Amino acid sequence: MMEILIIKLVLAGIVFFGVLNFAGFHTWVERKQSALIQDRIGANRADILGFRLLGLFHSIADAIKMFTKEDIVPTGANKTLHTLAPLFSVFFALVAFAAIPFGPALDLPWLETPIQLQVANIDAALLYIFAMLSLGVYGVILGGFASRNNYAILGGLRATAQMISYEIALGLAVIGVIMVYGTMDLSVMVERQGHMFWGWIPRWGIVVQPVAFIIFLTAALAATKRAPFDLPEAESEIIGYFVEYSGMKFGMFFLTDFLETIMVACLATTLFLGGWQVPFLTADHVPNWLYVLLGVMSFSIKVVAFCFVFMQIRWTLPRFRYDQLMALGWKGLFPIAVLNVVVTAVVLVFIGYFFGGPTWLQK
Amino acid sequence: MAAKIKVVRRPELTFWEKLYIPQILCGLKITTTHFFRNLYLHIAHQLGRLKHLPASVTIQYPEELRPLMSRYRSRHRLTVRDDGTPRCVGCMLCETVCPAKCITIVPDEHPDPHVEKYPIRFDIDLGVCVYCGYCVEVCPEDAIRMDTGILDVAAYSRAEMQLDIHELMDPELRKPINDCSLQFPHQCKLSDGEMKGSWQTANGSPTASQTNSGTVS
Repeated sequence: MMEILIIKLVLAGIVFFGVLNFAGFHTWVERKQSALIQDRIGANRADILGFRLLGLFHSIADAIKMFTKEDIVPTGANKTLHTLAPLFSVFFALVAFAAIPFGPALDLPWLETPIQLQVANIDAALLYIFAMLSLGVYGVILGGFASRNNYAILGGLRATAQMISYEIALGLAVIGVIMVYGTMDLSVMVERQGHMFWGWIPRWGIVVQPVAFIIFLTAALAATKRAPFDLPEAESEIIGYFVEYSGMKFGMFFLTDFLETIMVACLATTLFLGGWQVPFLTADHVPNWLYVLLGVMSFSIKVVAFCFVFMQIRWTLPRFRYDQLMALGWKGLFPIAVLNVVVTAVVLVFIGYFFGGPTWLQK
Repeated sequence: MAAKIKVVRRPELTFWEKLYIPQILCGLKITTTHFFRNLYLHIAHQLGRLKHLPASVTIQYPEELRPLMSRYRSRHRLTVRDDGTPRCVGCMLCETVCPAKCITIVPDEHPDPHVEKYPIRFDIDLGVCVYCGYCVEVCPEDAIRMDTGILDVAAYSRAEMQLDIHELMDPELRKPINDCSLQFPHQCKLSDGEMKGSWQTANGSPTASQTNSGTVS
């Protein structure tokens, strides 16, 4: 019992450390990547003892600034809720990472059972993640509501409507994947993606569910409030739900944004790019420690690649108008997602009929 | 005659454009090309290669200055003769033409009989100056120019914006000026002399009669 507790704590520590650092790193990536796209240099002035290190210290400078800034609660605002809202946001964004399997099972010689590299080995992990992502909406609506600012509550409502609308498309896109692999357990799903079609095409989600992949990416960008769907924030034009937040409370909302992006990148990796699977590498080829190392590296590279793509999209496309956003969600993605589910179901039935049993993909 | 009506049709989207995703990919292609080209060039610059291809349009301002056109009007300077005395003859043309009235000249007799006058004071209030360049154009002696290339004219007080003859003759000088190294025919305040004519009196009644008691050493 004690052993499991320690293992789980260590795993949670690793995930938290990795994710939070990557989120901090993400601010730097955002600055530099946008700068390179726009033929600029990007933030490079913060230095420690003359070392600028390509502007990496700006993330630290940001953190120091956020922590030392005055925390303003508007007069008449509900102080409890006002404080609770950013905590909610960060909390739900962080706990969702618990269900992501980030590597194959690690076999340590002094332990009887191999360690699953997944903080919480839930058999309905996908449901859990979606629940946590949906609960993140509470942070947003609370932030808007507790600020006692009409613009903030309008922004909060806007953000809530958007997130809920797109989570439907997100969920429906994932249903196709669930049907194909026949499981909601992410670690099982990743293992099933390790097989090959005809021995050379990886049986990844992107191969068997390409439409779902595109819907998922689009809806994920919208559900995490990233550009071009960043109407809830829209720093330059309309006022978002965190207009009344300052200091680290604002920083938490800001952090949530990056955490959710990473979360969605992890999810997309797990569902569509085979999670920690390295193509054409199976556990029998290499020793266990190398397999685990390569798996974790493969997972990290895929997540970073997704973050890169999200960032690239963010700095390419202009922001949607609100009616366009809703039209795209309900009239575009939602019907396609439903259609995808229906077509997947029909195809699965036919495959089961001709190739004997629905377990063709699920072994 | 009835007004002509010109119907401007908005360009309709083609089917290919309505699909949206190909267009997104086109945009992504542009940004990604820029990203990787600039990344490659930045790395190449770090390795000392391909310096002739710029990786960004940014000019790192305090360290790196944008090249100025030769006719760019920057901070003023007073040109000097071979012996280091100001070329200005105190003709007051620049003070007269100045639309912002930011130039104050107090002329005095020059010891050299071939030179009529010279300025014992020549002040330009840069807080008022509009950088029109009329003073340069009007000067018959080519005594004032705006070619120092100094752009960062900034100060904490209005008084610091008022340049006197020392700073105008030597653009390198910055306030506070402690000693006078300029080749003046007279003793100036900084070399234990007396400043002739004050800013106020010179501005109040801009005639040279108030300063005719100026001594020339």
